[in-house]
Amino acid sequence: MSKDETLGEALRRQGITRRGFLKFCAATASLMALPPSMVPAIAAALEKARRPSVIWLSFQECTGCTESLTRSHSPTVEGLIFDTISLDYHHTLQAASGTAAEAAREAAMEENYGEYILVVDGSIPTGNPGYSTIAGISNKNMLLDTAKGAAAIISVGTCAAFGGIPHAKPNPTGAVPVSDLIKDKPIINVPGCPPIPVVITGVLAHFLTFGTIPELDELGRPMAFYGKSIHDRCYRRPFYDKGLFAETFDDEGAKKGWCLYKLGCKGPTTYNACATTKWNEGTSFPIEAGHPCLGCSEPDFWDGGGFYKALSMPTEDITRTAVYAVGAGAAAGVALGALNRAKKKRVEKAHEKVTINDLEKKG
Amino acid sequence: MSCMTDTDMPPVEAGEGLTHNVQPLLHEIRHALVKLLDDGGNTVIDLRSMPLAPGEEQKLLEELGHGEVYARLHALGPTEIVETRYPGVWVVVHSNNDDEVIGKFIEVCDMPDLLRSQQEDIRNGLEQLQAQLA
Repeated sequence: MSKDETLGEALRRQGITRRGFLKFCAATASLMALPPSMVPAIAAALEKARRPSVIWLSFQECTGCTESLTRSHSPTVEGLIFDTISLDYHHTLQAASGTAAEAAREAAMEENYGEYILVVDGSIPTGNPGYSTIAGISNKNMLLDTAKGAAAIISVGTCAAFGGIPHAKPNPTGAVPVSDLIKDKPIINVPGCPPIPVVITGVLAHFLTFGTIPELDELGRPMAFYGKSIHDRCYRRPFYDKGLFAETFDDEGAKKGWCLYKLGCKGPTTYNACATTKWNEGTSFPIEAGHPCLGCSEPDFWDGGGFYKALSMPTEDITRTAVYAVGAGAAAGVALGALNRAKKKRVEKAHEKVTINDLEKKG
Repeated sequence: MSCMTDTDMPPVEAGEGLTHNVQPLLHEIRHALVKLLDDGGNTVIDLRSMPLAPGEEQKLLEELGHGEVYARLHALGPTEIVETRYPGVWVVVHSNNDDEVIGKFIEVCDMPDLLRSQQEDIRNGLEQLQAQLA
């Protein structure tokens, strides 16, 4: 696909029928977590979409985000999207290396200045520049240099979005997220360790389709994927409401698929699409596999006080405890020793989101 | 020491009857049918956006059953379009060329749009036929 060719033209040139295109649009709407009623608008926008240039920078990371993306389970949709974008620089996926690779990055920047999408995975060390370099360039300098001509930045993975594991205490490299260093560009945070593959491609598809950034929450995450907590969308939620909990990983409750709250599930404080989009071709997600949510799409999840430590311990009167976050008054008489009561009341009143740290504080 | 096999794994139950997602979905479909009859308005439900418990999707599809129409089209991979036992309620499953499901919808309408021949495709077909006859 040439730079000037629209996606509609490219698809027709490949012999894809209008019917095939509409199917692609329906799958893309689902991919972007948009309602099916948006399909005509998506079709109209994609028809005119042109090939954007993408530069992908990897800093202090484990390559898990790229692994997640390349194992994305719907290659028809993603394949078309990646045929449509021009991935001009990606350390792991590109054939070129060394000087030739850096020349490709510089050429893409020059040719598409002000228009390219910059994707970043990994956090950026601000301590000794030598902690992480690429072709002799420190991560920080490469980010600052490449961000200048970007139309928008997508921070893929919790490391790029919030600092992630490199940022965890004691943070020996002084790792920071992209948003700590770049203040003058729109930044879309796509956290997760790793993020769900279709969430990564869904965000790219949104930009490709509409040329705009999606609606974001206060942490810069797309509302379509991060607008609801894991807890609220969890199929085990009714067990929580009924006070039915697994107490250990092999007790009767675990076998019956009861709520994993007491085993440390961070679902109530974690916002992500795992409970609906799921993983591995929509097969399952950690809670369905019997493991508590680690909260990997939230800031400082690694320092959250222990993966297997419950956020707070429900009392015997679970029907009252279960509504503590929303039911003003109902929670007042419940003995929630582990909760910070003052904070809890403020939350009830203002419907604020509660962080792991808030819940860990002693009342 | 022996390895644990699939058959040794303890079964995890879905807690049938506690998640209650099937009934509300059937009611939503009922409302959509009323709307279809009243003003011809179509409804599409994306099953991927639903927090379904293990087994619930299967239960929903069993409740809907099979009706008179089954269609399979090939466009960017196979798509199965099945009218359920309730006329006007269709289950549409899109797969890619590797037969992996990329979208699953319940459409409440006279006929899913994808079944119709598209104007652009008709025009292309006409051109091909004319070229063959020339």
